[in-house]
Amino acid sequence: MKQHICTSINGEITEFLCDSSATLLQVLRDNLQLTGTKEGCGSGDCGACSVMFNDRLVCSCLVLAVEAQNSRIDTIEGMATGDKLHPLQQSFLEHAALQCGICTPGFLVAAKALLDTNPSPTETEVRFWIAGNLCRCTGYDSIVRAILDAAEKMRHAETGVAP
Amino acid sequence: MSHSNGKALRSVGTRPVRPDGIDKVTGRAVFSADFNLPDALSGAVLRSPFAHARILRMDTSKALALPGVKAVVTAGDLPTISDEQAQINDQPPDFRDLSANILARGKVLYEGHAIAAVAAVDTESAQRALQLIDVEYEVLPHVIDVQQAMEPDAPVLHENMITRGITPAPTRPSNIASRHEQIHGDVELGFSQADITVTEEFTTQPVHQAYIEPHACMARVASDGQTEIWCSSQGQFMVRAYCARLLAMPLSQIRVIPLEIGGGFGGKTTVYLEPLAVMLARKSGRPVKMEMSRADVFRATGPASGSYISMKIGARKDGTLVAAQGILCYQAGAFAGSPVRLGCMTAFAPYDIANVKMIGYDVVVNRAKSAAYRAPGAPMASFAAESLIDMLALRLDMDPIELRIKNAAREGTRTAYGPGFREIGYLETLEAARAHPHYSAPLGKNQGRGVASGFWFNIGGQSSAAITLNEDGTVMVATGNPDIGGSRASMALMAAEVLEIDVNLVRPQIVDTSSIAYSDLTGGSRVTFAVGMAVTQAATQLVAELKQRAAKLWDVPDGQVSWRDGCAIAIVDGSDECLSLAALAAQAGKTGGPVAAHVSLNAQGAGPGFGTHICDVEVDSDTGRVTVLRYTAVQDVGRAVHPSYVEGQLQGGAAQGIGWALNEAYLYDDNGALLNPGFLDYRIPVASDLPMIDTVLVEVPNPRHPFGVRGVGEVPIIPPLGAVANAVSRATAARHVDLPMSPPAVLKTMQRAARRRR
Repeated sequence: MKQHICTSINGEITEFLCDSSATLLQVLRDNLQLTGTKEGCGSGDCGACSVMFNDRLVCSCLVLAVEAQNSRIDTIEGMATGDKLHPLQQSFLEHAALQCGICTPGFLVAAKALLDTNPSPTETEVRFWIAGNLCRCTGYDSIVRAILDAAEKMRHAETGVAP
Repeated sequence: MSHSNGKALRSVGTRPVRPDGIDKVTGRAVFSADFNLPDALSGAVLRSPFAHARILRMDTSKALALPGVKAVVTAGDLPTISDEQAQINDQPPDFRDLSANILARGKVLYEGHAIAAVAAVDTESAQRALQLIDVEYEVLPHVIDVQQAMEPDAPVLHENMITRGITPAPTRPSNIASRHEQIHGDVELGFSQADITVTEEFTTQPVHQAYIEPHACMARVASDGQTEIWCSSQGQFMVRAYCARLLAMPLSQIRVIPLEIGGGFGGKTTVYLEPLAVMLARKSGRPVKMEMSRADVFRATGPASGSYISMKIGARKDGTLVAAQGILCYQAGAFAGSPVRLGCMTAFAPYDIANVKMIGYDVVVNRAKSAAYRAPGAPMASFAAESLIDMLALRLDMDPIELRIKNAAREGTRTAYGPGFREIGYLETLEAARAHPHYSAPLGKNQGRGVASGFWFNIGGQSSAAITLNEDGTVMVATGNPDIGGSRASMALMAAEVLEIDVNLVRPQIVDTSSIAYSDLTGGSRVTFAVGMAVTQAATQLVAELKQRAAKLWDVPDGQVSWRDGCAIAIVDGSDECLSLAALAAQAGKTGGPVAAHVSLNAQGAGPGFGTHICDVEVDSDTGRVTVLRYTAVQDVGRAVHPSYVEGQLQGGAAQGIGWALNEAYLYDDNGALLNPGFLDYRIPVASDLPMIDTVLVEVPNPRHPFGVRGVGEVPIIPPLGAVANAVSRATAARHVDLPMSPPAVLKTMQRAARRRR
């Protein structure tokens, strides 16, 4: 029997029906057509399906969709505000922090989770935080730089002092 | 035609935001698994649980009877491919093998080998249907290791495999598909002149391309046979050609629509699911979507060949290399076709050596058919060759870069595989590496520095580009090559350069197989070079046409009009006149209609690529764990069109090579079943494993490209294996010859060396 779930996705109240065995990733992609969240492994090893679940960074392939009842889910589709990109998104573009781009949404969600709790991470902190997100194209160099640069710009935007 | 001579470049060499960037940071870009159609069925593949077995009987009736199941296909549904149809223009692949790889015929040759496919209304029904397919197997002895597979008593995979390249031909079948010999000079004479010889044996393990996007596709077949395939691949024309040949269909009946590709690295230069989806869609009358799981990707696609290599070099006391010799045995996987010949050709290509003899064996084993992986065949051969060069440097007490400079191939050097080099930048990479602060930085305890170089041919090939002037003066650039790492940006930059306009006025598009003429696939480091050449020529034609249009409007001879800053200019009746792209576009109706140019060409003159990498490591003497402390990649890139994406190629290739050197390997149980088909246990480098990867772009322009472009993408994966191994060997004062250098392996080599020193 399908379960009826009511949750908040990117700030919008959302309802869906799902099997109790369905993962949050499957529902996001297949039921809700939010395909910005990617499946790279289905086993929580690659981070391509990273989303925020009640302000916690999770692999949506490891979350059952029924767990989303009365929760708050944030995905890559909700990161920009209208046509204004989040500073991390802008930074990834400027630093060429993507080649094929399949891992990019997961990295952005993970990086935002880091900066939300630690606005001035060190390079080492960034590298360990994103160690759960795999990228096979970039060697991570440009991704780490993009995150550090975005963090700095966000700090300065906060204090109003130009970097 | 050269745009780079004597004129400052305005777009080429800049770093604009890529045209597809916004889509990729917002989640809007449509990758293969993101594409859906209403009414689509879900396809699934039944795979062999055995490494080697005969299929005695297969009954699909129960699966077909399951409610919701709409179609089942097996090898019997695939057309038989005749000898004449086996290849296209005598080039690989062999379509009989490819057909038997996508659905096993009679025998399964590796764990994960596809034997049947089903389409059902949902994934659960499709998975249940797979369990209802009744298969009776006769399990056969299997062989995984390349050296064991070459033994006379090894289980034989293909009863009709007679080794090619041996005269007289062997009478008995074996797992050696072919023997390849490459002789340059007289290697015996060469070694007789040597004061020092260095000999060693090396092994490397197969490694997967490990693109983060698993294979996926959607197919739809109309009742008249018209077929559409949506998928991500390294070439929509490749998918069309391969499906047509495998399914005996005319090319005109198939349209392949390229979706964004989530990494390929060579691994998506063939088909696995697409023909199955077409067959299922045809049988069911409904669209069929298929997706591989990560375990399927590991079990049944890729990898790069594993290898066993025995190699020897000889040098004079002053370091001059006089001879090199090698025997290379590469695992092809279940079907012939490892890149061993390319290994033989590339191993010593960076060096001017008068006498070289290389013998390669292409060997089948009970593993997934190997696939191209970034500079196919080169990294493992280079690992062996560059290790020997390092051992020679230690023996001679010579600086390893000095030794390489002394023997470096230059313009005019005849390669061991045949042709002579024209303009190359190998020496420049060595000099840049020597001058880099990294090379002279102090090292601490348990630390070592390794250097290695690499060579790759780079290719040109058949390429098409179409440029259209829109009615408002903006420009569309259409090409037929998937953008795997930022090539839209480089196409737009080259068009903008020729048109002398802002790159943001150029919109590049990757179009389907019915919208542009044929292009070879995205591979061989060819796109920026060859497709870029087509784009450049099309833009040049567009400018010529626009000058004529302006001449018509001004009523002056064509030759009086020139082009500057995106405008036609001329002196008309004594006054300076100017017509912008927008003005010319607006008046196109009056001057002959829409303005467009299409160029199809077979690009020649791809400039060879060379790179030199420096790697510092620290080795934990208690555990054998290797930490990469610092890494610098230097490469002759000809001309960097978008330097950020060129640097990205160097960094990404280096990271993959580091993974190959230190972590990545397939583990099998006694039955030949893969034990680590997932990213948890097949560990590619993660961010915390790596330092920043510094890059130095050396630009020795390729004179046969309008902007001097050389291919870039493949060279960077070649030097890391040797660079890391040389660093670990120097840090531990013990030679490491087997990859990956996992902690237990490193520790064992260190302990053995310590015992020898006692």
